[in-house]
Amino acid sequence: MLIKNPPDIRPSEITSKANYLNRRTFIRAGSIAGASILAGPAAAAVVPDESRAKLPGIVESEFSTDETPNSYEDVTGYNNFYEFGTGKEDPARYSKEFDARPWSITVDGHAEKTGTFHFEDFIKPFDLEERIYRMRCVEAWSMVIPWVGISLADVVKHHQPTSKAKYIAFETLHDPVRMPGQRRRVLEWPYREGLTIAEATNPLAILAVGVFGETLPNQNGAPIRLVVPWKYGFKGIKSIVRMSFVEKQPDVSWRMAAANEYGFYANVNPEVDHPRWSQASERAIGGGLFAPRKPTLMFNGYGEQVAHLYDGLDLRKNF
Amino acid sequence: MNTLQKVRFVGKPLVFLLCLLPAALAVGDAFGITGQLSANPVEDILDRFGNWAIRLIMITLAVTPLRRITGWNWLIRFRRMLGLFTFFYVLMHFLIWLLLDRGLAVDPAFQWAAVLEDLTERPFIAIGFTALLLLTAMAATSTAGIRRRMGRRWDKLHYSAYVVGILGVWHYWWQVKKDTSDAWIYAVILAVLLGYRLFLRWRKASRGH
Repeated sequence: MLIKNPPDIRPSEITSKANYLNRRTFIRAGSIAGASILAGPAAAAVVPDESRAKLPGIVESEFSTDETPNSYEDVTGYNNFYEFGTGKEDPARYSKEFDARPWSITVDGHAEKTGTFHFEDFIKPFDLEERIYRMRCVEAWSMVIPWVGISLADVVKHHQPTSKAKYIAFETLHDPVRMPGQRRRVLEWPYREGLTIAEATNPLAILAVGVFGETLPNQNGAPIRLVVPWKYGFKGIKSIVRMSFVEKQPDVSWRMAAANEYGFYANVNPEVDHPRWSQASERAIGGGLFAPRKPTLMFNGYGEQVAHLYDGLDLRKNF
Repeated sequence: MNTLQKVRFVGKPLVFLLCLLPAALAVGDAFGITGQLSANPVEDILDRFGNWAIRLIMITLAVTPLRRITGWNWLIRFRRMLGLFTFFYVLMHFLIWLLLDRGLAVDPAFQWAAVLEDLTERPFIAIGFTALLLLTAMAATSTAGIRRRMGRRWDKLHYSAYVVGILGVWHYWWQVKKDTSDAWIYAVILAVLLGYRLFLRWRKASRGH
């Protein structure tokens, strides 16, 4: 049986942009006053099964950058998602038919709360937050993307990992009928990614379910994908169907494909070059033909939040 | 019109315009006249010139086999133009990389040291640059007068076209992140084009005995 949650909010009921912006200012003022309670009751995250639908109850985040986000066209028209082809414009072109509902996510391994959850139930306990993050691709280009998502740390806590859980392994849907890129073995399907528990519970890590205040388009990993802004973009596994709490470092796709070029950590690091190209600088998408490259920052500029995770770790070896 | 006249007054102008078309479209797209470049315009225009450079070296290397198989000897009259266009696309590819991508023309923080590092420490860039140097030498010696004066040495130098083909495919192959399917296609075409020449030599040698 198909379980579909109809959107329970009509467009006419959605807060106007002016009010929305007012509310943001209000929230900011509230949090400055140290009274974040004013932000209202914890909103249950709801994502309508509808493309480009406004997401209700989005909370602002102090982790957002104040840099200007890229255009909607750039964010949704130029990216990698090999499940829909290896060209940058393939994901937008070949994911049009993809239906990201119904969707379920299996949580398994060393945790108290395991099982298979409907996407709607999986995200419901959490707040929807806007996180405007820099995104640095391993191919040396970058964007600024206004994600909407739920805190991965909250999700991890909710599922109560046991002391045996040291890592989280993620998997993308494997369905060559719906994901035509999987008919060719460019990578070993399904796509796999992983984080240490410490990384996954870092406040920067989110599971995104939207962009630009709207539902996540198929090409960006609908309905739910990982965003870890201090790591290269390929760590941000898309269209997640499995989340496993495991004891050993999991196999991850790009490392499986070329272990000398892509490591488990894949932290943005201008000092450790890709064997074939420099990682010292990046091309910011949206700058046009005559914009210079810009220097790449350690941990993509998120060192303050994440550098401590790697104390004592040789980042040259653990790239 | 006899065949020679047809080549001169119809064939050559036509091929010239056809060879110029991808460059014209790239420039037209860059300025939003004929279309648009991708969201990453520098990479897009860089790739376009690079891709056409590889296609043109393949087309140039196909002239002799086609001529031998069809008996259309007039085909040889297009070879120099095709070779020069190969040089043009490789040179443009290099200049776009140097001026726009590395930023010599647009970046106040541009440093030659970084370019030198790329040329020496990134094998695929060094390979591409070597191909450009070989093509420059061939382009500089491409006039009939110089050819006459160089004699045998001209032929030796212009055998570099084979090396350029190999370096071109290698350069392309090595910069692809993972999906080498296009690089494979070029490699197979090049193998056929060079293999045909080996076959001719082998046949000539075996007949000689």
